Order: sequence, then C-alpha cells, then structure tokens
Amino acid sequence: MKKTINVNVKHLTRVEGHGNIHIKIRNGKLQEAQWEVIETPRFFEAMLVGRNWDNAPLITGRICGICSIGHTLASIRAVENAFKIVPDEQTRKLRLLLKHMETLQSHSLHLCFLALPDFMNAGSVFPLIKSHKDVVMHAAKIKGLANDVCDCIGGRRLHPTRTVVGGFTKLPTKEELSAFSERLKALIKDLMTVAGLFSGFKTPDFVRETEFVSLKGKDGYPFIGGDVVSSDGVLMKERDYKKVTNEYIVPQSTAKWCRLSRKSFAVGALARVNNNFEFLHPAAKDIARRFDLIPVNHNPFMNNVAQLVECVHVVMDSIRLIDELLDSKFTDPRQEVKPVKGVGVGAVEVPRGILYHCYEFDDKGKIVKSDCVIPTGQNHANIQHDLEALAEEYAVRGKEDGEIELLASMLVRAYDPCISCSVH
Amino acid sequence: MKTKESDTKTYLGMPLYRPKVGFFEFSSCEGCQLQIVNNESTLLDFLSLVEVVSFREAMTEKSDDYEIAFIEGSITRDDEVKRLKRIRKNAKILVALGSCACFGGVNQLKNRFKNLNWVKKEVYGRHPVDTEPVRAVEDVVKVDLKIYGCPVKKEEVEKSVLHIALGKSIEIPKYPVCMECKANENICLFDLGELCLGPVTRAGCNSWCPNSRAGCWGCRGPADDANVEYMKKIMKEKGFSEEAILERLECFGGFADFLKRKK
Ligand code: SF4
Ligand code: SF4
Ligand code: SF4
Repeated sequence: MKKTINVNVKHLTRVEGHGNIHIKIRNGKLQEAQWEVIETPRFFEAMLVGRNWDNAPLITGRICGICSIGHTLASIRAVENAFKIVPDEQTRKLRLLLKHMETLQSHSLHLCFLALPDFMNAGSVFPLIKSHKDVVMHAAKIKGLANDVCDCIGGRRLHPTRTVVGGFTKLPTKEELSAFSERLKALIKDLMTVAGLFSGFKTPDFVRETEFVSLKGKDGYPFIGGDVVSSDGVLMKERDYKKVTNEYIVPQSTAKWCRLSRKSFAVGALARVNNNFEFLHPAAKDIARRFDLIPVNHNPFMNNVAQLVECVHVVMDSIRLIDELLDSKFTDPRQEVKPVKGVGVGAVEVPRGILYHCYEFDDKGKIVKSDCVIPTGQNHANIQHDLEALAEEYAVRGKEDGEIELLASMLVRAYDPCISCSVH
Repeated sequence: MKTKESDTKTYLGMPLYRPKVGFFEFSSCEGCQLQIVNNESTLLDFLSLVEVVSFREAMTEKSDDYEIAFIEGSITRDDEVKRLKRIRKNAKILVALGSCACFGGVNQLKNRFKNLNWVKKEVYGRHPVDTEPVRAVEDVVKVDLKIYGCPVKKEEVEKSVLHIALGKSIEIPKYPVCMECKANENICLFDLGELCLGPVTRAGCNSWCPNSRAGCWGCRGPADDANVEYMKKIMKEKGFSEEAILERLECFGGFADFLKRKK
C-alpha cells in the first residue's frame, strides 16, 4: 500500500461554479478530506432590499443560468403567496410543463455532457462527439426539445420572459403544444437509448446513510409547492422552511450549510425518488427497478440514475399535461396583482433539490427582507461527509491517488452541484 | 479537440482559420456560457468555428494557449482581479461576454448601498466575508470587444467569432430595441399600459422581451444617442412612476452613466 495520498483538485471541472477537493491520507488513514467552496458571493438578498415586488423574479432568476426557470417560479410563488394570489389551473399546468422541461434540460445536460465523460474515460464530451456520435446526438435531441418547449412556454430557454407574478404575459398556441406532444412521444425512444447506455456503467460501490428531504407528493410527484418531508420522519409546512434548513456558516465555504435531524441531509433527484416513489409514472418506476433503485437508497452516486428516472417521468407527465391543455379552452393568462403587506414563501423542486424563496413586503409591495435557500447549499454538508467516508473507505482498500481523485470528483459531480447558485 | 484536415471549414473556398478560445467565468450565473452550449442545433457548427481549449464548465482539460478569451461575469474580489490580469496577458483578444462583464449586470445592484458592511451583514450576519464593490471587466483590464445582453444572443457570439476569424470588423446595432420591435410587428407595450425601455436600449436581441409581450428592462445598455431624459419625461406623462423607471434603468448597470449624470 502506498504510504501517502494527496488529492488536490482546484476548481473542479464539469460542475457549475467553483469548488475544490482536498484529501490527505497517511498510511491508509484519512487525515483530511475537505469540500471547499470558494465562489464569490453576489449578495442577491441584499440587492433586492427596497425594490418593488416585480423585480424579484427577474433579478433572482439571475442567481443561476441552469435553473433560472426554477428560481423564477419559486420567486413568483413567494410573491403570490405573500399577496394571496392563487394561480388558476391553466397557469398551474403551464408552469408545471415549463418546470418539467427545465428538469429534462438540466438532467440531460448533467447526465450526458457533464457526468458521462467520467464513465467513458474522457475529459469532456467534445471527443465523444466523434467517438460516440450517436449517443451525443440522442442527448442533444433530448436537451434540444426540452429547450424548445422552454422557449415556447417561457419565452426564452434561460431567464424566461413570459413568466410573471399572476400568470403569463403570453400563451403558446395550441398548434405549438400539439407539435411538442408528438415530439415528446417520439423522444421516449431516445431516452431508452440513453438508459441502455447508462445501464452498462458500473455505479461506484459506496453507501452512507443520510436523511433525504423533499417536497411531499399529494396528487402527484411533487414539483411546485406543498409540504416538506424527510426520510427521518420530519413533516413541515412550506412557510416553516427555516426549521428544515437551519442554515449556518462554516469557514471552508462561502455558501451556507444546512442540517436537520442529523449532521447533514441530501436534496435532489435521489431524495425525491426516495420520498415519493409511489407517485412516479409507471414507465419511470420501470427504469428505477431496472437500475435497482428501490427506496430508500443511500448510495449518492445513484443520483445519476434518479435523474434518469425523472427524465422519463417528466416526459410522460408532460404528454399528459399537454393533452389536458389541448382539451381545455384557453383563458386570460394573467391575473391582476395587488400588493399586500406580509411575508410569502415559495418552495419549488428544481433539478438539484428543494429551492426556497422568501420575501417580506411593506404595504406598497416594496421588498423589506429576502431570503433564498439553494438546493446545493443544502447538499454541501452532505457532500463533505460523503467525501470523508468515501476517502476513508477507499484508502483502506488501498486505492491510488488517481483513482481516489476520480471517485471523489465523480461523487461531487453526482450531486450535480450548482455552486455559484449555492453562494449567490 | 484535435481536427483533421478534412474537418476544416472553408469560407469562399479558403480554409477557415479556427482560433483557439477559452471561456472564463467570474461572478456570474454562467448563463451566458450556457447560451453557447445550450443551443444544440448550432452547437456543432460553433465548435467547428473555434478550437475550445479551456471551458471549465464543460471539460477537464485546460490550457493557457488561447487567442480569444471570453470573460463572463463581473469582478468582485481580489483573486478575481489577479486571475483576470493573467488571462489578459495570455489572450490576443479579450471579449466581455454578457452584461455582467460589460457593466456589472444585476450584480452591481449591491453597489447601490454606500455601506458595504451593511450588505455583508444582511447576508452573512457577523461572519466575515471578502467582497469589494462590483466592477465591469473594462474597469480592470482592456476589453477588445463587448457582447451585450443578459443573457447574450448566441447568434451574436457566433457572428463575432466568425468575423474575428475572418479579420472583419464587428458591427453591433447602434439603434434602439424599438426598431426591431416594430419590424416584428408587436403591439407596443405602452398601448397595453406596460413600461418598456425599448426606446433607449441598444438593439441586437431582436426585441426578445416585447416579442413575449413583456417590457424591456434595458439589459443591453443604452443605444447610441439614447435620450434617456426625454424617455423619462414621456413615460411620466404616460403615468409611470419615476421610481419604476429608475429601477429598470439601474437593473443591469448599462445606464449607470446616465443615472450619475443626473445626480
Ligand atoms: S449577463 Fe446575465 S445571463 Fe450572463 S452571466 Fe450575467 S447574469 Fe448570467
Ligand atoms: S413595446 Fe417597447 S420596444 Fe416595442 S415599440 Fe413599444 S416601447 Fe418600443
Ligand atoms: S428586450 Fe430589453 S431586456 Fe429584453 S433582451 Fe432585449 S435588451 Fe434585454
């Protein structure tokens, strides 16, 4: 066995934002394992203070380019909850459809462009464009369709233009929707090809028990609003989110950390699948079973599989949503907004886990205080503890620096972290 | 990414020179970079125009050998200043990509508060944290080209790269968003009782927001000869509050000079 192992990854690649990994092992014993977040904070919560309510979705959407739709929707929900606006069914369905397509876009980006190269011995997806053209083409088609739907419903694939407090500024046409329905049906084949490819990969063998936190399904798999639930038995109202997140500050990170019943918890696709398996579409459940993803699964690398399962779910559910929208008569897309003094919270399941926005307004609708708790922020502590356990376990197994570096990088990537978003 | 002779693109029968490019992000949402990888239908075309040698969000390999550096994000910390200066030394052409890089973007909204300690405390409480007032890239190093927008338009990025490769000059629209909006035959938002900065904002986005029946927030900054005072006067006559207009003008940082001039 090698005496000393030093892993130092500065600015981990193929993740969003800036994070470092340090691992030190002596004589097979772990000395140090650290997940360090060095991203520059942008101070979004302070930026909003004093501004009018309509600024909130537009500005906070810029917290993250990858999940800007999720941020916009969480922000809108927080404002609507504060102003006691209840979105109508048409708006709810269109928002969910938009949300689904962001999930598909983000998951497929992560799976096929960011995570895939690790399983194929490549440094990026670029060489795979030549060597595995078919796979890249399927992935590009999946992502492309998801983006096209976002362009159509949200007005733009990132930083949407049509989504506003009260509904939408403009509706898609029924012709556009029915064309998407056809393309979504045809997409199932592409998804199955990608699933086939991933089923050939070996998921690293590693298990560490943790707590999984997600929204709680009621009439379906949860995405927008509702109660918060954990695999350790916590059940909380959306507006009491602070009792779930319990943010605190640590020196190794410019993003705040979170904890609930244990020293850390996990949010994201795996947490959602673990907590809400029964609400998945049957086709998505089939994929989960094919990959032995049975709740409660405690292997963090399985988050990749959970994302695949959700890709299938959102495509099937989007086909249903479009059918229902096509059968209904379109009504005025936008409700009137009257500011009300008070506090509003919006919780939305974005690709990487639960996202909370909370604003306090004065009687004119000016923002007095704001708070955003980001999924990756909630995952940082869990990543840290996974990293320690993983390094320790593999050090005992006598692995080399290179192997441990790759596994540690893959572990962090499996969380699909959005680091700049977590610092914001 | 190596290319074989046969992959080389040609332009008017001449083999096209593929510049080596690097993408570098500073304080940003990384949305501008995503605009480039997020357009599947044209991504492969873009990759045939350039040789990407550094792109942390997408690849593990990195290299300091690049001719064009795309800088995304604004500058808010000392380590960012150092990194940016290093990139400037390596690059022949440095491009500010997006409104964060061009004028500080939404990030500069924190500069509204004179007391930076209040800003820090509002977010981190008593915990110490390193940050400076937000700066645009050109406030730190020389910028050769600015591509505006929050986010940028992919077509504009591609066109700029192509023109650099061909040694042609790059032209960005001098006229305001209203021109594009009228060409797109949109109903003017003023007629719908909505605020819009289209009359003073630089075009090039093909009136992205008004096409969605949403008013422009000026993300691309002022058009040449923008008459901000005149627009403010008209808007006030139409019943919009001074405050709502100011909030839009200050949102992305592009109109900072106009706001300063007034004070
Ligand atoms: S300009 Fe806008 S889209 Fe681009 S990085 Fe900045 S916030 Fe993101
Ligand atoms: S909607 Fe805006 S951009 Fe379009 S014409 Fe009216 S003011 Fe100009
Ligand atoms: S319409 Fe205005 S806010 Fe919208 S993209 Fe164009 S310049 Fe930016």
